[in-house]
Amino acid sequence: MRNILIVAGKEFHDGLRNRWVLAITVVFALLAVGLAYFGSAASGFVGVTSLATTLVSLASLAVFLIPLIALLLAYDTVVGERERGTLDLLLSYPLSRSQLLTGKLLGHGLILAVSTAVGFGSAGVLVTLVAREGADMQLLLSFAYFILSATLLGLAFVAIAHLISVTVDEKSRAAGAALVAWFLFVLVFDLLLLGGLVATGGAVGKTVFPYLLLLNPTDVFRLANLGGFEPVRTYAGLASIVVEGTFTPARLLLVLGLWVAVPFGLALWRFRGREL
Amino acid sequence: MTPPVRLENLHKRYGRIQALGGVSLSAREGEVLGLLGHNGAGKTTLMKLVLGLTRPDSGRVEVLGRDPCGGDARGLRRRIGYLPESVGFYGELTGREVLRYFARLKGIGRGASEPLLERLGLAPAADRPVKGYSNGMRQRLGLAQALLGEPALLLLDEPTAGLDPDATRDVYSMLDELRRRGATVILSSHVLAGIERHIDQAAIIGSGRLLASGNLEELGRRAGLGVTIRAGGDWADERRLAVLAERGALVRRRSATEVELRVPGAIKLEILRVLLAFDGIRDVAVEPPSLEMLYDHYGPSTRPAEAPCATS
Repeated sequence: MRNILIVAGKEFHDGLRNRWVLAITVVFALLAVGLAYFGSAASGFVGVTSLATTLVSLASLAVFLIPLIALLLAYDTVVGERERGTLDLLLSYPLSRSQLLTGKLLGHGLILAVSTAVGFGSAGVLVTLVAREGADMQLLLSFAYFILSATLLGLAFVAIAHLISVTVDEKSRAAGAALVAWFLFVLVFDLLLLGGLVATGGAVGKTVFPYLLLLNPTDVFRLANLGGFEPVRTYAGLASIVVEGTFTPARLLLVLGLWVAVPFGLALWRFRGREL
Repeated sequence: MTPPVRLENLHKRYGRIQALGGVSLSAREGEVLGLLGHNGAGKTTLMKLVLGLTRPDSGRVEVLGRDPCGGDARGLRRRIGYLPESVGFYGELTGREVLRYFARLKGIGRGASEPLLERLGLAPAADRPVKGYSNGMRQRLGLAQALLGEPALLLLDEPTAGLDPDATRDVYSMLDELRRRGATVILSSHVLAGIERHIDQAAIIGSGRLLASGNLEELGRRAGLGVTIRAGGDWADERRLAVLAERGALVRRRSATEVELRVPGAIKLEILRVLLAFDGIRDVAVEPPSLEMLYDHYGPSTRPAEAPCATS
């Protein structure tokens, strides 16, 4: 455990030093405040709106942004060490491959958690203080849930990036694979699903469709945040259709957790079996 | 006494490339063993096997009495220092931070890094980011991390590659210090010039095979390369050169006042006697065969133009 924490601490320290933490926090904060201010522009109003509106807008944007940031943060985590010549060196120390990878996951997770909590959280506090409509406890809980699920979504993509990083031999290929993963999960998957739904004339039906959404962590995140809580559901529209009764917020968090565990487990298995 | 490193009949393939084909070798305690060979000869693979970073396809590796891939490998790794070839480290971190990170991983106090920064002349640059370091400084930082915890065994992969003469001299003096301290060192190099005074044993490797090993004197004797005698003095009289050549020496006049003789070991003393009998000889130096000569003798007859395998 000690070694895992040492590696995690170094990764976080790296994130502070190369301004990743600062950059992500500022982007998240600006995004959150910007959406809070301009979120209702379509309805002819500009100004700080309610936390519920902000949350819906934020969740819609976060599904694009968080996976991209997480993949960029971690795609070179192992292949970069290999190119730098430090992978052999690290593994010549009393440090196992599992400890190294787990430490890196924790470190990257910490970077995302801090950036998400501070970036989105500060905007949430601001909106709560100055919004026209006050925020009740339920809404604040939704916001906390949003931050937690956003961190888990980020971690899921960090784990996918780790899987890429232990599989390819060159950093440039890892970058390419990370972009492909982003396209697949963020854009292509939903289009395919929609295409399938239309092509089968809706034969896939209400029963299978929600479960197919679980195959994509960004959709799980969407379901969790747009349909999980009553005050948000009112604004969310379509996504709430599939949520009724089937997926509770806790279960969706669990699925997101699985989206962290499975790719990371595969990355560990691949890394441990690989010839250096 | 069991040697700190014992390798028996090691075979290792990476796909279709045979990195090692039946290498047996040992390093004795407190000696510096030089692994010599062209790029891609199998030197790095050998080091990786000693470190337990990879397993042999067949054969046996024993390091400080243990199997480096075995259950107690972590304890073993605390006693080993390793300098990989051209290590870049973490550009954003300072030299001190890098060294402290590795010290923590080795389970030793952060205080251990300070004397090493001093000893390797990095103290003035210790708080600067590593990305601003020269090649020589990075190599010294690499050596500093390899020396953390005073390891009993050090593996240095091409420690002088890409270094300027000053930095190379620093590496060699550090090597001599380690030798005095009694550490066992295995270093690999494809640069032969200047290394012979700093190693006790040489192992010449080519295309994954051990071509020769032993101390330099032994290797020279076995190769029958004899010695080189340099004699300074009055060499105006050509007849003197003819006398030496008649006795079996290969004579080369380097200048009006210096002659170089290549002499088989068996007639070394006889040639020296003749030489010293000449008037006007002011200086005589006898040199064993150089490492270049030994490598030319034992080394692979054909060398690949480029390294065939990135991992070896």
